[in-house]
Amino acid sequence: MPKEYKTPQLDELEKGPWPSFVKEIKLAAKNNEMANDVLGQLEQSYDERLGHWKHGGIVGVMGYGGGVIGRYSDLPDKYPAVSHFHTLRVNHPSGWFYTSDALRKVCDIWEKHGSGLTNMHGSTGDIVLLGTRTEKLEPVFQELAEAGFDLGGSGSDVRTPSCCVGKARCEWACYDTMKACYDITMRYQDELHRPAFPYKWKFKFAGCPNDCVASIARADCSLIGTWRDDLRIDQDEVAAYADGGLDIFNDVVLQCPAKCMRYDAEKKTLEVDNESCRRCMHCINVMPKALRPGTDTGAVFLLGSKAPILEGALLSSVMVPFVNLDDEEEFEDFCDLVDEMIDVWCEEGKARERVGEFIQRVGMGNFLEAIGLEPMPEMVAYPRDNPYIFYEMEEEEELEEA
Amino acid sequence: MAETKPRITDIGPPDYRQFLPPVIEKNYGQWKYHEILEPGVMVHVAERGDKVYTVRVASPRLLSLDTIRFYADVADRYCGGHLRFTSRHNVEFMTTDADNVPEIRKEVEERGHLVGGIGNSITSMVHTQGWVHCHSAATDASGIVKAVMDDLAEHFTAMDLPAKCRIALACCLNMCGAVHCSDIAILGIHRKPPRIEHDKLDKICEIPLVSSSCPTAAIRPTTVNGTKSVDVIEEDCMFCANCFTVCPALPIADAEADGVSIWVGGKVSNARTQPRFSKLAIPYITNNPPRWPEVTSAVKNIVDVWRQDARKFERIGDWIERIGWPRFFKKTGIEFGKEHIDDYTHAGLSFQRTAQITHVDWD
Ligand code: HEM
Ligand code: HEM
Ligand code: SF4
Ligand code: SF4
Ligand code: SF4
Ligand code: SF4
Repeated sequence: MPKEYKTPQLDELEKGPWPSFVKEIKLAAKNNEMANDVLGQLEQSYDERLGHWKHGGIVGVMGYGGGVIGRYSDLPDKYPAVSHFHTLRVNHPSGWFYTSDALRKVCDIWEKHGSGLTNMHGSTGDIVLLGTRTEKLEPVFQELAEAGFDLGGSGSDVRTPSCCVGKARCEWACYDTMKACYDITMRYQDELHRPAFPYKWKFKFAGCPNDCVASIARADCSLIGTWRDDLRIDQDEVAAYADGGLDIFNDVVLQCPAKCMRYDAEKKTLEVDNESCRRCMHCINVMPKALRPGTDTGAVFLLGSKAPILEGALLSSVMVPFVNLDDEEEFEDFCDLVDEMIDVWCEEGKARERVGEFIQRVGMGNFLEAIGLEPMPEMVAYPRDNPYIFYEMEEEEELEEA
Repeated sequence: MAETKPRITDIGPPDYRQFLPPVIEKNYGQWKYHEILEPGVMVHVAERGDKVYTVRVASPRLLSLDTIRFYADVADRYCGGHLRFTSRHNVEFMTTDADNVPEIRKEVEERGHLVGGIGNSITSMVHTQGWVHCHSAATDASGIVKAVMDDLAEHFTAMDLPAKCRIALACCLNMCGAVHCSDIAILGIHRKPPRIEHDKLDKICEIPLVSSSCPTAAIRPTTVNGTKSVDVIEEDCMFCANCFTVCPALPIADAEADGVSIWVGGKVSNARTQPRFSKLAIPYITNNPPRWPEVTSAVKNIVDVWRQDARKFERIGDWIERIGWPRFFKKTGIEFGKEHIDDYTHAGLSFQRTAQITHVDWD
């Protein structure tokens, strides 16, 4: 019979229209001691305005260096069931699609071996199984494996890649994000399970510039769909939107950042100067039946975003303006380029230095040289505006001699 | 001896293809357009005419197995046993039969899970672990999210905003929620360096490891009353709790000093304007559980002022860009102070380097 905790503070969070995590913890606590002690400890945290977890030592499953986060209560005598409360990151399927059977299998395993609490999903994308004991890690791991699931990344390794729903259910996907995500995850299994990098490395795949997985802000390696040819326009549908009351001039033409659209209100036709179009998606978002990305599609490859720790936040920036990830050969070339980048970063990067910070330290020009990419104007918002140019005289002299 | 099964490793995630609903498998890459039919419900139409209806449902993200099994049951009843989750922790039920839509809505709403979050609305908050699971937390995550979303639920179930509004929360500046490009970000902050428990530090921690864990090199080995310990150079500490991660004798959480800050105007989408970082709006609000009323009202105030003042399509950052930061502070009534002015590397880039000024009456 588990202890019964009074939780007046947490009870307040069962009220209101938004679904309540407290109800979830209480549901789990009905037949799980760990979940019950989480409830008790959390109420104490609410009383004291202090957390009660500590980190301590590395835990994991044999042969893997990642995928498990060690966690212990700092009040083990009071809440013995959460004296160990380790979390497993379980690599989610691309696009977070499941069958009910697959979900039930994960539930059954977690019911047997864990707290019965989960996050669907973590902010990186994994299924997060919250809280179990050290000796349970191996059985959970093997039973998950039998059900077809494997652990995700943690520590200084390839973190679990994620992607938007893409071609599965979005007409704007400019490449197959779910396949690219799956293929990359399979290719980097060793790097995902055995941390050997200076720090974490994240991949995120977004099918178009709407970037529904926030890859430009949250992935070291961001692949954002785009197209090279002309926007597809269905002029009959343009007229239908106009007849339906859409203010095409104000809501579409004037909002275009490239000022590259022209609307003929009499004929109800729309014209685009495709050379100037920045592929921002606005017009397509507003008129999805009339406008679509072109058919020569692929992705922009950007590198280097991260949250602020340590040198400040970064957004990813352009490495290659266009790669066609649906073409097997080009996909291989893309992977080779990524390998090259990872090699240089592993070789020269300092511990806990994300690749974006590494590039800031060594200079983008030098990084490009090391990985064998030619500098291109697409890589910068504008050219340098300071005169502190590091001229490489030796090479020039060699050239003169030659 | 018991028979030992060979260990299974490195199998990777399950192949997503086995989980796709048949209508999606059949029309993969062949979708033509979509329409939002009502808040939280959209239909995607394929080139060959097939349709799939999607109902997007709010979840608390922290889920019990009961609720996951409930989702699985709903999927079995209406969706041929398939479902998906979104990048912002919602659940999506997909069905080819429009008649199933009100049934799904009824079932999930009866369980207290709202339908919405599509189009110009406020969708679920990306967030982190907080007091439920993390040692570095300066605040709770799930509790603030629940309180903030209770206040904003009307904008989840309607599409009454000028544009999308993405809110996120991280409970310390490690930012597991990577909140730095959100329309509104709530960020937990410690404001005091770790306390050093000299008497036990050397017994439970490895001093070289502790020193090297500090990203700003603020930790130096020292000796106190004949015992080995460490010193923290307080001016260099930026309250990241990395040291506490490796050494429990350096607790950093402090009930009086910890709290949250609020940031505005970031976005990740490339539509119209470029992706950009969120900027500081409110430097500090004290922790006030269980419902953090000062935080929820601050967020609601920003949403309300934006909603009334912004033009169509303007995300919070686009709106501020048009009206200027002085008018943002004036209209929201948020106080501007020293903390708002950057003093980190390249701070000068954020100074107003032009005589183009909007004049605001501060009296
Ligand atoms: C030991 C305490 C920590 C806990 C319990 C924790 C927990 C988590 C969890 C559960 C996730 C989501 C994982 C997933 O979906 O796979 C996550 C992601 C993340 N964590 Fe942590 N974390 C911790 C420490 C840190 C530290 C020390 C840092 C940075 C120095 C950090 C930065 C991040 C970032 C940037 C993300 C990813 C955000 C994204 O993908 O957009 N975390 N963390
Ligand atoms: C076919 C149309 C679209 C589909 C299928 C789609 C799909 C999604 C999905 C499934 C999510 C996660 C949403 C959630 O959990 O609430 C999402 C998020 C997002 N979507 Fe879309 N979306 C579409 C259109 C758009 C449009 C028109 C924009 C921008 C104008 C956009 C920008 C975003 C952004 C910025 C996020 C949030 C990313 C984040 O901060 O995590 N999407 N989208
Ligand atoms: S990123 Fe683009 S392609 Fe992917 S789901 Fe969002 S709108 Fe669709
Ligand atoms: S995609 Fe953007 S830049 Fe291109 S025409 Fe449309 S609105 Fe203009
Ligand atoms: S944001 Fe900070 S406190 Fe919150 S889960 Fe991540 S590391 Fe822990
Ligand atoms: S909190 Fe972070 S910055 Fe401060 S002393 Fe500890 S490791 Fe260093």
